[in-house]
Amino acid sequence: MPRMNMVQAINDALRLEMRRDSKVIVLGEDVGKLGGVFRVTQGLQQEFGEDRVIDTPLSEGGIIGTAVGMAMYGMVPVPEIQFSDFIFPAFDQIVSEVAKLRYRSGGEFTSKMVIRTPVGGGIRGGHYHSQSPEALFIHTAGLKVVCPSNARDAKGLLIASIRDPDPVLFFEPKRVYRAAKGEVPSEAYEVPLSSAAVVRTGTDVTVIAWGAMLYEAIEASSQAEAQGVSVELIDLRTLWPVDIDTIVTSVKKTGRVVIVHEAPKTCGFGAELVALINEKAFWHLEAPPVRVTGFDTPFPYTLENEYLPLAHRILPAVLETARC
Amino acid sequence: MATNADQPLSFPADMIRVLRADGTLDPEHDPHLAVDDVVALYRAMMRTRFIDERLVMLQRQGRIGFHIGSLGEEATILGSAWAMRAGDFIFPCYREFGAALLRGMPLQRYLDNMFGNASDNAKGRQMPDHITARDARFGSVSSPIGTQITQAVGFAWAAKLRGDDVVTLVYFGEGSTSSNEFHNGMNFAGVYRVPAVLLCRNNGWAISVPSDQQTATATFAQKGVAYGVHSVRCDGNDLFAVVSATRAAVERAARGDGPTIVEAMTYRMSGHSTSDDPNAYRVDDALAPWRERDPIQRVRSYLIKAGAWDEGRDGELEGEFDREMKQAIAEAEKTPVPSIDSMFADVFESEPWHLREQHQAVVQGPRPQRQH
Repeated sequence: MPRMNMVQAINDALRLEMRRDSKVIVLGEDVGKLGGVFRVTQGLQQEFGEDRVIDTPLSEGGIIGTAVGMAMYGMVPVPEIQFSDFIFPAFDQIVSEVAKLRYRSGGEFTSKMVIRTPVGGGIRGGHYHSQSPEALFIHTAGLKVVCPSNARDAKGLLIASIRDPDPVLFFEPKRVYRAAKGEVPSEAYEVPLSSAAVVRTGTDVTVIAWGAMLYEAIEASSQAEAQGVSVELIDLRTLWPVDIDTIVTSVKKTGRVVIVHEAPKTCGFGAELVALINEKAFWHLEAPPVRVTGFDTPFPYTLENEYLPLAHRILPAVLETARC
Repeated sequence: MATNADQPLSFPADMIRVLRADGTLDPEHDPHLAVDDVVALYRAMMRTRFIDERLVMLQRQGRIGFHIGSLGEEATILGSAWAMRAGDFIFPCYREFGAALLRGMPLQRYLDNMFGNASDNAKGRQMPDHITARDARFGSVSSPIGTQITQAVGFAWAAKLRGDDVVTLVYFGEGSTSSNEFHNGMNFAGVYRVPAVLLCRNNGWAISVPSDQQTATATFAQKGVAYGVHSVRCDGNDLFAVVSATRAAVERAARGDGPTIVEAMTYRMSGHSTSDDPNAYRVDDALAPWRERDPIQRVRSYLIKAGAWDEGRDGELEGEFDREMKQAIAEAEKTPVPSIDSMFADVFESEPWHLREQHQAVVQGPRPQRQH
């Protein structure tokens, strides 16, 4: 089985889906000749031509707006937003149109597309190349939200997203684009949406993470293990609709939960997860659920490792929760 | 990539006018409509206005919540829709129900939307006039301004990429030219030279803001010059001029020569919608010159002069419209409201666990005391 990093795995998924279905097209800023600023679409324009891998004007609203029209025509657009920090010019199209078209037209029209966009900090990108806006889209009825943590999942989740009938926001954790390397099957395969992975089984504390922070959670879990605390670690993979059964089963077993995400704490997805856990597993809880997150500040440049919920902040939260 | 760089810039100071005050046609832009077609369009304009007036009455009676009409803009809307070929596609703003009906949307379905009942294509999920009519090759109305412009350009672009002979027309008001999506749509339309007609209904008003406060340019059409989009203006109250300008734009798009912005000069004779009181911002005197240029009256004079119509037949038409409206209203009023189940359908293709939970809780829970 070939070894790939996440960039290569996503590229492979796009290539295989574009070969399978001529309606699948990629459009975005610098995705063609350059192959994307992170090289995720490298080589695709050579294989599929300028009509299927399209370098667009510098306009996120135009990219998503035209993709809606293409989807209504029957194409399967996979637009790229170069950084998720730049998704906001397209926010009206995504929230008012992409998410609502099937509903508001009584199912006459759909807006099936996969919006790919790098997410998160840790690359010294400063405020406008580091944010994690997933909660805004989870809050919007009609969108699915995916965030893989490794190459194998990235390929299978992207293929599943492209084949899914609903619009998907596909957040790619750029901090681990090249670091997350592993064996990836060469053929096309799907990792089903809305299925989390239990990446480590344990009995004392459930830790929930996704994307780049999964690796911090793994490190913190190993350190906790060394101090006698057994961690069950869940990689959500799909944020919405979330795999609630896996979460509830684990929390009922451990009675304790720590949720990790890069986005600001207030109204972050962790808040929704805590609410769901309270609704569904309150009487099994032995300790208050804890969130280890980014702060309610803009994303800082120099102090980004102070801002991010890295292992040094996850570990004490896990130990403290275990002692409750 | 083909661009419009090689095209001469057109600067549309002049306006296409065909129907003269004396009822004759200027041969330069005469679309050579058969008299039967003019009668059919006259009928469609009359029907649109009759429906408009009846819906305002229904709203005043409290039987529907809202109406946004096209009083005075009938030639712009019906002439342009009529110039589209059967396989072409229309992306609406929110004021073009007449175009949907002309393209085959059943009157009953439109009334079902006005009442938000279970037979509404949109399943009662949208406010009145936010219609959807895929069978009529007519898109889905949304309220945010300008979002349909980029979508129409994407739709046209897809047709071009697939090699299909489909031209896409998109309606928007002159106020929309101030939106992000007008810029995005015009820019993409020009860069990819898509087969689209961008039809700007310049009706003078964006709710209370007059058109001269939307832009510093002399015309809205001239904005096309900067985007490499061919631009023309026409008298939007002249049915023949609208057909002529739109048809030329469709032909241009279909032969691969790219998009056109058509600015149709018309006038909003009513408020913005039934929720608006135009007396707060404009004097009735402003309407007088536009009453003189009423688009329906002008076609009526033309047909009478051509011996193809007499005033007596207007009464017959109104009787016919009255009967069909009464029947459609009665049917729509007795059609039940959408089921609670329909509130949870079509968010996604299938219902995920969280919607299933909310859905079940609502079905099993108490009902509201009243629907409105």
